[in-house]
Amino acid sequence: MGYVLEVRNITKRFGGLVAVNDVSMGVQAGEVVGLLGDNGAGKSTLIKVISGVYKADAGKILFMDKEVQIDSPMDALAMGIETIYQDLALAENLNTPANIFLGREKMKKALGFLNVLDHAYMQKESSKILEKLDILIPSLRNRIRALSGGQRQAVAISRSIYWDAKFLIMDEPTAALGVAEQKKVISTINLLKSHGIGIIVISHQMHDIFQVADRMIIMRRGEKVAELVTKNTNADEVVSLIVGAETVTK
Amino acid sequence: MARAGGFTTLIGQRWAMLFLLIELVFFSFLGGGFFTMNGFQIVLFYSTTLALLATAETFVIVTGGIDLSVGFVMGFASVVSAKLAVRFDSLGLAPELSILFAVLVTLAIGLLPGFVNGVLVARLKVPPFLATFAVQGITYGTSLIITQGSAAINVPNLANVIGNSYFIHLVPGRGIWFFTRPEAARGADVIDIIPTMVVVTVLVIAVASFLLKRTRFGRHTYAIGGNIDAALRAGINTRRHLVVIYVLSSLFATLSGIIYMLEYVSGKADAGSSFMLDSVVAVVIGGASLFGGVGTIWRTILGVLILSVLEMGLKMMGVQTFDKYIAVGIILIFAVLIDQFFPEMIHKED
Amino acid sequence: MGDKALAMKGGREKASVFSVLARNWSFFFLVLTVVIFSFTGKNFFALNNFQSIIHLATTALLLACAETFVIITGGVDLSVGFVLGLSAVASASTMQLLYAAHWSAPASVLVGIVVGIAASLACGLVAGVMIARFKVPPFIATLGTMGIAIGVSYHICGGFPIGYLPPGLTDIGNMYVLYVHPASGAWSFFARPASIAANQIKELVRIAPISFILIFVFLLLLWHLLKNTRFGQHTYAIGGSMDASVRAGINTRRHLILIYVLSTFLAGLAGIVDLFQSGTGNFTTFGAQLELFAIAAVIIGGASLMGGKGRILASAVGVLLLKVLENGLNLSGVQPFYRYIAVGLILIVAVVIDQLFPDLF
Repeated sequence: MGYVLEVRNITKRFGGLVAVNDVSMGVQAGEVVGLLGDNGAGKSTLIKVISGVYKADAGKILFMDKEVQIDSPMDALAMGIETIYQDLALAENLNTPANIFLGREKMKKALGFLNVLDHAYMQKESSKILEKLDILIPSLRNRIRALSGGQRQAVAISRSIYWDAKFLIMDEPTAALGVAEQKKVISTINLLKSHGIGIIVISHQMHDIFQVADRMIIMRRGEKVAELVTKNTNADEVVSLIVGAETVTK
Repeated sequence: MARAGGFTTLIGQRWAMLFLLIELVFFSFLGGGFFTMNGFQIVLFYSTTLALLATAETFVIVTGGIDLSVGFVMGFASVVSAKLAVRFDSLGLAPELSILFAVLVTLAIGLLPGFVNGVLVARLKVPPFLATFAVQGITYGTSLIITQGSAAINVPNLANVIGNSYFIHLVPGRGIWFFTRPEAARGADVIDIIPTMVVVTVLVIAVASFLLKRTRFGRHTYAIGGNIDAALRAGINTRRHLVVIYVLSSLFATLSGIIYMLEYVSGKADAGSSFMLDSVVAVVIGGASLFGGVGTIWRTILGVLILSVLEMGLKMMGVQTFDKYIAVGIILIFAVLIDQFFPEMIHKED
Repeated sequence: MGDKALAMKGGREKASVFSVLARNWSFFFLVLTVVIFSFTGKNFFALNNFQSIIHLATTALLLACAETFVIITGGVDLSVGFVLGLSAVASASTMQLLYAAHWSAPASVLVGIVVGIAASLACGLVAGVMIARFKVPPFIATLGTMGIAIGVSYHICGGFPIGYLPPGLTDIGNMYVLYVHPASGAWSFFARPASIAANQIKELVRIAPISFILIFVFLLLLWHLLKNTRFGQHTYAIGGSMDASVRAGINTRRHLILIYVLSTFLAGLAGIVDLFQSGTGNFTTFGAQLELFAIAAVIIGGASLMGGKGRILASAVGVLLLKVLENGLNLSGVQPFYRYIAVGLILIVAVVIDQLFPDLF
């Protein structure tokens, strides 16, 4: 099928609660899939299974057409599956390069024997990646705390891309952003798409999903209730699927 | 979070109570004179000052703060009240009035450190740890300047009479006296029951407990400790509330200092220095969380008793008292670990 | 100061004069107090006095460095003061025992040092494991190990200083790097010139106590560790966002344990220094509040108890500020009691400045 990432029959239970029930889906390279559903529909649980936070009770995950075992967030990162959470997971007291290289700092030898952080290199690489993604940050030396919500988002995305993400999961990327910054995020996602990266976007903003997603997957009460191609559907249909009105009319 | 098995959970939640019982049994069998009425009374008498400090600390810790100043506010109060009593006495006032005025004025002055703490914490957003540490230094320095580094003595002997009296004096076959020791009972056995200061302390603690448990003020205190943003949105004046909390804490510490002055008939700048951390320890052993929102006066008092039974029990057994520190350290860690394993007592999200 | 370079990288690029002043207020305040006390203090502005201030600040500097690392991670270590005491009495009693058992002085001293440091590391390991593994709040965990350190110290020394140690400890601890005799022009390193007669000792000028070397080496090492290494970078990251650090693949548990072990290592080292400077194994009393003063110094240096920021050299400035204040007030004839008030007030100033200018640091 040529999916970058595919999940088959994933089930995840918490005690008696079935949070995700037998869900299968796939995302191709350069494709954006919107994941929609009401609160408690199981979207977050599903992406946490993919990103290694939770371990599925049943089902399997295929990455680049090979079945893989994802036991921890580290496993996912090592494969190139990056997740950008709503809270972005940035150290706000550090600057942009420090965050992009966090945990994978570039070292150099000083005086021939001392292993020290290579600040200059990390700074140079950071501006390269930001340029590549067409992202403007006034000064790389500013701490994350001093950046706007959109800029922080951009730093988090840059980090993923710099570390060679092949697959990106974005949790509510436009929430809590101003209108201009929302547009910027949308255009960044489109740019990433053109670089051949597979992306899952979770969002409550129907409008945004319609702008970026090629396909939509709708979940309700842990189950996948529909898979739609964006250009063949409309907001009304999606909403009724999310709240379950469809089943009532049937 | 799902409830763990009934019995272990019960033990986990009641471990402080259980531990105190074990301590009591242990020292009753081993301690020299622990299992006597006098032994128990000594423990209670000894607990009064710490109990009041721990009560003060409970209010603060429930809001998610900490008050490092209580120990030295206590010393400050003991010094101020002693000096004032001496001064009033030398002005020719009756001992009763000297002590009464000294106590009243000290209570008023004792609000001050708490007010400074509260303003720093609530208005200027200084972390409580630092604000109260700074105020601790300032009160300690002030007490030292007042006393020139020595103890404040020559307090009218009435202080001794009040501070070391008993609530009930029982003379078998002759009757009961309240507060005053019967003069006529020469040679006869007088049984002293319940030190007056214990009665005073219990009353104060009862009021504190009522305040925290049954009043709107108490509810708001928990609300602020649980989630200050939510409390703010619910219309609670969190700033004012926090200021009041620190003033209240200071007030209880002041009371503790006054009781110290009455019991020991002197004032010392460092009277409460070792209690500074003991009061926090007692609150934490009582199951409160330093993150705020959890803790009750009753449980704190349990913590206080665990500490004082341990200390006095060891003392009466003739064990070196510094073993207390090791024991307290271990109990403290134990207390927190138990809370980790039985988290349903702590209502915190995620 | 390389420390400034980091701050420039981290902070905003255009630093106004005002923000430089506010950011380094403790340094300027230190200069100001030195100037003021030079006028008011008897014998304050003298080489000897300055040397002795720094010499006597050695242990406080080590404790503040320890506390800097811990505070940057968002924790606090209440045990350092009493770990210092534990290390001092544990090593002293070991030295005393071995020396009494006819070991050579160097051997007994060496083994004593190892024992003292080992005891300190154990405290940090216990605290670190509880904090990192069992999620015990640092305040509580270190309060617990503090209690244990106090109890064990008392057990070792019974509450009294430990004497009858191998000879020469204070000779080493209070040695100067350079001795000059201006009248005769004689000079020598580490010992007074052989040509100097006993009656000329008074005229001897002693320059740079040996403790300067220790302070210099450790400040340099720790500054490097914090600024230029992965370890330092991760320390800041953990303090800034534990979550981000975990997700970035930092082994936060191991890192936190190492931080607390490092903290008590420095405290233990301070205990050894104290032993060498005083010649006896001193237990710490409750009144000393060494840990609280170390924390105060770190905060005055611009760190935040919320974690994520702090600088070694700034903490050192904080320590010097407190020590100069103590010394200067004393030499100006102010009662020593005012010192506590002064520390409290400066601490409040430090935190309020931090609150008012949150982006400066």
